[in-house]
Amino acid sequence: MRAPLSWLREYAAIPEDVSPQEIADAFVRVGFEVEEIEMQGLEIVGPLVIGRVLSVEEITEFKKPIRWVGLDCGESETRFVVCGATNFAVDDLVVVALPGASLPGGFNIAQRETYGKISNGMICSSKEIGLSQDHEGILVLPVGCAVAGTDAIALLQIADVIFDIAVNPDRGYALSLRGLAREIAASLDVEYQDPVSSIDDTSLVVTDKGVKVTIEDPSAASVVYIRTLEKFNPLAPTPLWMRRRIEKCGMRSISLAVDITNYVMLELGQPLHAFDGDKVHGGLRIRRAGDIATLKTLDGQIRSLDSMDLLVADDNGALALAGTMGGESSEVTEGTQRIALEAARFDPISIAKNSRRHRLSSEASRRLERGVDPSLARFASARAVHLLIELGGASHVDTQIDGSPIFSPVIELDPFFVSALTGANIDSSTVAEKLRIVGCDVEEVEGNLWKVDPPTWRSDLLGPADLVEEVARMIGYDAIPSHLPPHPVSPGLTDSQVRRRVIATTLADLGLVEIQTYPFLSRATITALGYEGDRAKAFRLANPMSEDFPLLRPHLIPGLLEAAQRNVSRGAKNFALFEMGSVFRNTRTLPTIDNPSTASRPAREVIEQIYSGVPEQPIHVGAVLVGAAEAENWRGKGRAYDWSDAVAFAQAILETCNLDWTLDRSDLAPWHPGRCAELSVGGVVVAHAGELHPRVVALYGLPARACALVVNLSSLPEREIVRAGFIATMPVAVQDIALIVDASVPASSVERALTEGAGPLLESIQLFDRYDQMGEGKVSLAFTLTFRAPDRTLTGAEVSAMREAAGLRASQATGAVVRSA
Amino acid sequence: MTSEGDLALWIKEATIAISQANNLDELKLARLAHAGDKSPIALASRALGTLAPEERAEVGKIVGEARAQVNTLVAERTSTLEAERDAKVLLEEIVDVTLPASRGQRGGLHPITILKNEISDFFIAQGYGVAEGPELEAEWLNFDALNIPADHPARTMQDTFFVEPLDARLVLRTHTSPVQIRSMLENDPPIYVICPGRTFRADELDATHTPVFHQVEGLVVDRGITMAHLKGTLDLFAQKMFGDEAITRLRPSFFPFTEPSAEVDVFFNGRWIEWGGCGMVNPKVLKACGVDTETFSGFAFGMGLERTLMVRHGISDMHDIVEGDIRFSQAFGVGL
Repeated sequence: MRAPLSWLREYAAIPEDVSPQEIADAFVRVGFEVEEIEMQGLEIVGPLVIGRVLSVEEITEFKKPIRWVGLDCGESETRFVVCGATNFAVDDLVVVALPGASLPGGFNIAQRETYGKISNGMICSSKEIGLSQDHEGILVLPVGCAVAGTDAIALLQIADVIFDIAVNPDRGYALSLRGLAREIAASLDVEYQDPVSSIDDTSLVVTDKGVKVTIEDPSAASVVYIRTLEKFNPLAPTPLWMRRRIEKCGMRSISLAVDITNYVMLELGQPLHAFDGDKVHGGLRIRRAGDIATLKTLDGQIRSLDSMDLLVADDNGALALAGTMGGESSEVTEGTQRIALEAARFDPISIAKNSRRHRLSSEASRRLERGVDPSLARFASARAVHLLIELGGASHVDTQIDGSPIFSPVIELDPFFVSALTGANIDSSTVAEKLRIVGCDVEEVEGNLWKVDPPTWRSDLLGPADLVEEVARMIGYDAIPSHLPPHPVSPGLTDSQVRRRVIATTLADLGLVEIQTYPFLSRATITALGYEGDRAKAFRLANPMSEDFPLLRPHLIPGLLEAAQRNVSRGAKNFALFEMGSVFRNTRTLPTIDNPSTASRPAREVIEQIYSGVPEQPIHVGAVLVGAAEAENWRGKGRAYDWSDAVAFAQAILETCNLDWTLDRSDLAPWHPGRCAELSVGGVVVAHAGELHPRVVALYGLPARACALVVNLSSLPEREIVRAGFIATMPVAVQDIALIVDASVPASSVERALTEGAGPLLESIQLFDRYDQMGEGKVSLAFTLTFRAPDRTLTGAEVSAMREAAGLRASQATGAVVRSA
Repeated sequence: MTSEGDLALWIKEATIAISQANNLDELKLARLAHAGDKSPIALASRALGTLAPEERAEVGKIVGEARAQVNTLVAERTSTLEAERDAKVLLEEIVDVTLPASRGQRGGLHPITILKNEISDFFIAQGYGVAEGPELEAEWLNFDALNIPADHPARTMQDTFFVEPLDARLVLRTHTSPVQIRSMLENDPPIYVICPGRTFRADELDATHTPVFHQVEGLVVDRGITMAHLKGTLDLFAQKMFGDEAITRLRPSFFPFTEPSAEVDVFFNGRWIEWGGCGMVNPKVLKACGVDTETFSGFAFGMGLERTLMVRHGISDMHDIVEGDIRFSQAFGVGL
């Protein structure tokens, strides 16, 4: 809401010595954010006068049109100036900057020779004198608004300060000069004059000679006034003062009738609509669209109506989208003499829905959907009638009313509650005083609850907490002290939070860089990466940012690949990325939820149903490895990340969590079918790691053999207390064993069989050599077996027997042949 | 028979030879000549046996002393020459220790993670727990329970991501406030929690907006909680985030879930920065969660982590935070 200081001063006695910044600070103190303080025309220095065009001579010898203009500037002789604009004619009133004047931007006017003439001043555009931003040619003033020679700075109220104020959605009343002046007067502790108190509607009586009105849907509006006027002069101009105020508030002057409705809306906050009374057939009805299909609105658009749209209609059909935008058929035009002026207190939700369904946010809808003072339908319409009579020569013939205003109920308040909730000591007399300043009627009942009746414009004041806010902002939030609350004992981080934190730090220590990506992607990406079945089931957003990315990620890898691609395109060659976060899979039927009332805590079953309707969202950690793990340097060639790095990182994550895992071969998208490992903990697959499928690597333009891993952190077992084992101090016995197996047999299977066969005294097993040049599809695997007994030194015979048993089991399980030493 | 004069001469000769040895090889020769088995002193020592017992003791004593003296000289010279040799040899093993030592990649945490950890640790020290909840959340928990009724503008399709099927009533949470609701539904007061996490609003990505961002919210519900407690908590939090000089300012504002409501500004680097929102938990919210409003009151606050990060670290473009460029995270290390 743009509020000119000159207009605020009409209702709030703001002293002259209060600076614009101090006024803005005072607005902020009571909860109104000032987005901009616009100084209009303050740097303009006269003489700037009204001139009447006496003569126009077109000079044609130049490339652009040039005029040699004679002006009556209230001087004894005609003043001549050169002008490059053509949108004015003889007898028009224009603004003339005389030599010596200074315009915005340090533009000094002087007598000068141009286009072969002596120009003795300048005819100004709106922009040149700081009235608007658009260049629309010369500013031509309404006929008869002033005599030639009048000081234009005063006449046009050029110098002013405009406060652009952000109004919170609960404070519809402040979308008006009336409301903002009340707030600034309260904040500065100066006198306030309510413009409504001087509106007298006693002469505007019901005669039944005008347009009738009916509220057909009582949920849509509480009260409506229709005031009918006749003999309106549609050609009467809008007076300059009104036009300037409308413009300063950021609206355009259109015609007197429309300008008056807008002016009163800005002044008081009540949207008004003027219908051409002759184009209304039968009475006006406030109703839902029902089967009315279309309405052509003032902006020329034909709108298809929703059956729940709120309309102002007549016997023939829709006239206006209520409180949102008028219709073309009943528009006030240059020929309108009979006006039906509508002022209604529409239901805010209905207006909000109108506005949202038609993507139409108007000055009227913005106010009505925040709630307008229910008493204003009467007073604002009366104010507009008086202006139409005064400025447009109209006469009032009838007022019709349907419904009646509904006001907020009285609130019971314990005055000590204000101190109890704010933590400030606020005595009850201050509580009463501040509540009265915001317009409440306060009935102080000694030793009992007070009765506080909120003012008509404050439909947001509904309970004691609302009143506490009013008192608190009026004394200033700065007056509230600062203390720490009592210190409870913290439960600290949960086990899962500690784990995630340590895993992230571990990966960073291992050279991986954490990133955070958007969890949106396309079906095409899921398909291209080869995800299938449940792994491809993604939730779809009803309203995605872009139809290119309408799905929620079921995996982390796509986002990581996209980021890897971006890094490569920016010149990075060797890097490892990781991300930790939720993934979303649409793998179960979700219950239909009916949102319960919030008047009290819903029943346990209802809460459980809401909880169960929220899909599981496991937390994954994923990584993509690109280029060299070790860069080429003075020691020699670098070493590229390969599948084993990916497996090692996955293992590092499980090691961080102190978990044991088994390793198996896997074939799962988007990995290379022959180079993917799966890691299981307690028989549950928790991770995949390996080289990415070459097709995926190519798709993202990554260097060959890029790798990836994913660990489902939510599937890891919870932390358990470690049982310390017996630390044996007897000597170890070390045995090597080499086996020849088919290349298709995973080393982990051989290792597992050896471990089982070696028995409980095997302390550790390590693969120390793998030789794949055997031919015939065979490989040789060599392991070191380390044995130790807790209570004795093992004999050579015992150790040999255990080695043999290990070899035997490996032969049975994997077809391995033990190589003789 | 060996005389003292003989011994003095031998010692003198030995001293000269040992001190003139320029390397360990020459020293070895000198040692063999003057302290070896065939040196005059050794021969004299061996000849002691031929002396009469009364002479033997006296001569033996001076010969022994002479031997010891020569051996000491040899030992001293040996250690001097060994040190010289070592210094020379090791000098030849010199390397350029300024060569690049590390070949691996430089890792790092995303600064949002670092900030989240820092904030969590601060509030844990203040007695809070760290609560989390799902990002894909029930509409009732994200809106209704927070006194944002069905027709509130914030619930419209423009701001909130809704998820199909619509009758499952799921949204991508627009704030972490549903975690506050879950905390109140699952626990009895007193409740002291912060809720850090990822949130979503349908804003186009530009220098200062992103559709996916992070918040940290705080919730306290206890007996006798006041706005003064809220201010005290925010003051300390601001100092933790922006330094001991930071001061906060509350401005009256509006949120459906708090009453009174306020915007929190923080004075940092010479100007007021809009930091977040806060207020006393609206009694309607407490009631929807079954909290006894006669006994308990509460405060809540919420800040954007991206905003905090941008202000504190001078990040001017949101793109840097969301694009996953490794150089951005690397600069923050692991936050130490």
